[in-house]
Amino acid sequence: MDTIWNYRWLLLQGLGVTVQVTVLAGLLALALGIATGLARRGPPLIAWPVHIYVEVFRGTSALVQLFVLFFVLPGMGLRLDPMTCGVVGLGLCYGAYCSEVVRGALNNFPRAQREAAVALNLTGTQTLTRVVLPQALLVMLPQLGNLMVELLKASSLVSLITLADLTFQARSIMRLTLHTVEAMSVLLVAYFVLAQLISFGARALEARLGGAWRGRTEER
Amino acid sequence: MSATATDAPAVRFAAACKSFGDTRVLDRFDLDIPRGEKTVIIGPSGSGKSTLLRILMTLEGIESGRVEICGETLTDRFDGVERAPRGRGRLRKIRGHVGMVFQQFNLFPHMSALENVACGPRLSLRRSRVEAEAEAEALLRRVGLGDKLGSYPLQLSGGQQQRVAIARAMALRPEVMLFDEVTSALDPELIGEVLAVMRELASETSLTMLVVTHQMGVARALADRVCFLENGRLVEQGPPEQVLDAPENPRTREFLHALNLA
Repeated sequence: MDTIWNYRWLLLQGLGVTVQVTVLAGLLALALGIATGLARRGPPLIAWPVHIYVEVFRGTSALVQLFVLFFVLPGMGLRLDPMTCGVVGLGLCYGAYCSEVVRGALNNFPRAQREAAVALNLTGTQTLTRVVLPQALLVMLPQLGNLMVELLKASSLVSLITLADLTFQARSIMRLTLHTVEAMSVLLVAYFVLAQLISFGARALEARLGGAWRGRTEER
Repeated sequence: MSATATDAPAVRFAAACKSFGDTRVLDRFDLDIPRGEKTVIIGPSGSGKSTLLRILMTLEGIESGRVEICGETLTDRFDGVERAPRGRGRLRKIRGHVGMVFQQFNLFPHMSALENVACGPRLSLRRSRVEAEAEAEALLRRVGLGDKLGSYPLQLSGGQQQRVAIARAMALRPEVMLFDEVTSALDPELIGEVLAVMRELASETSLTMLVVTHQMGVARALADRVCFLENGRLVEQGPPEQVLDAPENPRTREFLHALNLA
């Protein structure tokens, strides 16, 4: 335990980096996911490139994507700092997963609700923002929460492109002190707690958005 | 509004054709509905009754012929093919004449009864929230739901939900109201409360009502005219006492006989 205490500031710094990468990449992934998920229902000229993006980023490993951003792009004249690489790389990758969640929820959205919106003479945008998204987001939330937990765990990959996140720091401590068990235990607990926070947040949001109108059928 | 628009019938089908795959749903269909008339459409399943309403609500198109609502043509013709009118503005203008109530209510589950009724005026007529909600409240009182303003659809019975749906459609003050089997999904004891609301609406002389139903009680209660449809054609029409009690066409007789046995 002394080891952990001695290196606490290093570990906290690493934790900060992990949180930063996860939050920023998560926001990017959600924004991308919603935009591309919507775009896939658009005209073919938009839908097809988006489809290719989703398949490429889902079908290749996140690690390879990070390596391309960090090691290959500079050779082509584009040099990004490690944090940008990590955020953009993970954001693109998980954006592709989010995109599928959004697309699925929109595809399964009841046609009758859209027809009711037509009967009320709403515009396409009003239908999307007032009728479709408030309901579809609720369907997406559990899956999106899941993806955010996955993203948190995948954020440890940024340690391999020199970013000093929690995993990076724990491995440094391991190499310096050879206290593998302690360092690994810290990682285990830290990621678990962060994952719980994300799950809790997703559930709270779900309850807040849907609590008023769902599951209170008994109050007839 | 131009003179032709006010003189025109509320709804006009002229030689309208519509198919789903190989099935012809409307076959050179003609029908004029004068303003203010309450028309009930009956007929066997698949006879094209609901499709008529869905075409008027612009939820379906036609392949040829002509459909007009309050003097406005629902389709544009290019290259010999009927299409939805060009330009969103025109489509929305046409939709503004029409309101529709669905078999499965189709209320927005994430909005309260009040929000459901107020959302049309707020979003499509750009009324202020206060104004739209005051009107919505009045409408909900009129359909007997003044005590359910804050309830969500899941907390309401089928009959209550359908009454909210009627209020929601009326909030846009349409000239033509379409009712697509609105009592079919209800338990028998709940039909009466919805029918009462529809009868009350029917007393509004200026409102044109087009009602598709399987329930002859509904037809008798509301109709100025009953139309019997089969295989996309108008087989018989006339006042309810004639079509329902003394049908001339053998197909109408057969259909009504089968209903009585059921």
